[in-house]
Amino acid sequence: MTIDIFLQQLVNGLTLGAFYGLIALGYTMVYGIIGMINFAHGDIYMIGAFVALIGFVVLSTIGVVSVPLAILIVLVMAMFFTACYGWAVERIAYRPLRGSPRLAPLISAIGMSIVLQNYVQIAQGARTKSLQPIVNGQYSIDVGNGAHVTVSLLQIIIIVLTVALMAGFTWVIRSTPLGRAQRATEQDATMAALLGVNVNRTISITFVIGASLAAVAGMMATLYYGVIDFYIGFIAGIKAFTAAVLGGIGSLPGAMLGGLAIGLIESFWPVFFDLAYRDVAVFGVLILVLIFRPTGLLGRPEIEKV
Amino acid sequence: MLTVEGLSAGYGRIEALNGIDLEVRSGEIMSLVGANGAGKTTLLMTVCGAPLRTAGRILFDGEDITGLPMHEIVRRGLGHVPEGRRIFPRMTVLENLRMGGYAADPKNFPSDLEKVLTLFPQLKQRLGQRGGTLSGGEQQMLAIGRALIGRPRMLLLDEPSLGLAPLIALQLFQAIVAINRDEKLTVLLIEQNAYQALKLADRACIMVNGRITLHGTGAELLADPAVQAAYLEGAA
Repeated sequence: MTIDIFLQQLVNGLTLGAFYGLIALGYTMVYGIIGMINFAHGDIYMIGAFVALIGFVVLSTIGVVSVPLAILIVLVMAMFFTACYGWAVERIAYRPLRGSPRLAPLISAIGMSIVLQNYVQIAQGARTKSLQPIVNGQYSIDVGNGAHVTVSLLQIIIIVLTVALMAGFTWVIRSTPLGRAQRATEQDATMAALLGVNVNRTISITFVIGASLAAVAGMMATLYYGVIDFYIGFIAGIKAFTAAVLGGIGSLPGAMLGGLAIGLIESFWPVFFDLAYRDVAVFGVLILVLIFRPTGLLGRPEIEKV
Repeated sequence: MLTVEGLSAGYGRIEALNGIDLEVRSGEIMSLVGANGAGKTTLLMTVCGAPLRTAGRILFDGEDITGLPMHEIVRRGLGHVPEGRRIFPRMTVLENLRMGGYAADPKNFPSDLEKVLTLFPQLKQRLGQRGGTLSGGEQQMLAIGRALIGRPRMLLLDEPSLGLAPLIALQLFQAIVAINRDEKLTVLLIEQNAYQALKLADRACIMVNGRITLHGTGAELLADPAVQAAYLEGAA
């Protein structure tokens, strides 16, 4: 592998890692606070992609030509509407099952995933939707010996936006009353309630935050790939779930790190092996982690000193 | 200040409280003594809004708080130091204390923190440490401090001496008396350590199998032969 291929795949891997990291945060937050895997989360990301697509189409129809302005408006819009979906999913499918055996909300989550996919299939049609590229610039960087690496403007936007969001998100969880209430609920919900935390509202907020981060990933997918359909949430969701498990389910830095790792694995795999087996590689990682290190890279074991 | 009328509660078909009547007066320390499984913790949790109640009413300061959700009750001024301390293990001591002030005005936090650290100076060097790494005694101090940060008008303490070295337990009891005296804070104390609990109480009750079987002043119960036989053997 020459240096230019290495750097090129590094840039591509970082971009992919941004998607997976943003989605993985939603999985890991929900797992942390109510101990369930929200299998509908991948479809929330798909909803985010569709809201973004509709947003871009509407904005271009009414004549908004400024690209940064359009991205900003669509970003806010996608986060808002997708957050509503995330909130509603928790309210309809999970809250009524609070306190029931763990399998019940899991089945409900898979059901919700099917509902969301079919809803979008009916409402938007089953065919692939496409969007003309609206962010076009790219830079070619010379890395010596006549070799060069191409970085698109969109990749830069994706990476910068993701890093900024993750930094903001980390700050909210670490240093604000909302984040403290979120962590307290995660560690001992009854005690948090005894101190005045509205546990149900905190859980709702967790879903809203997770869904809005997934919405950003959805918007970026619409821009980056230019084609989306009602089924994109499935594979992206399972890969992000793999990222969350790899990082240590329940750990927020773990989800970011796991997302980055999965992105890099995906981008470097075809350099050495057959591209067709790329998904196999990712899910192979999931199996290996579950066998050899079930707590993930940054996860903590279940047992702890009390 | 706190009135419980005909309170019954249970877990499914298992009845844990059977028609409890209890009155805690403003400014006093009331101790509730009983064996394991007598229903003491169930009583405190039900007062604080755990959904276990089957009959009866709970009044705090004249207001009916029966059936209010848990997170609303702390805002009425009831601070709870629960059984087993329930420190948030992966939050720092300072963050645990901040959680204590979650429902209170954040402007009061610096002065209230100062007060708690004066009461429990041991916590001062531990502020940046995770709650789960503290010793049992320190965790109990933290649990009491966390409840005090919210500026409660009444403190509910569930077995603060549990699992602590006798000397540390004694220090905690002294702290409780000091808070009661200096801050005029009403205290409802649950204990298995009957001797200490009755000694520092203004009034006390004995609880057996979900009922209150005896009540009187702390001194009266300490002198009661039945109480001595059942709870104080070898203690006094």
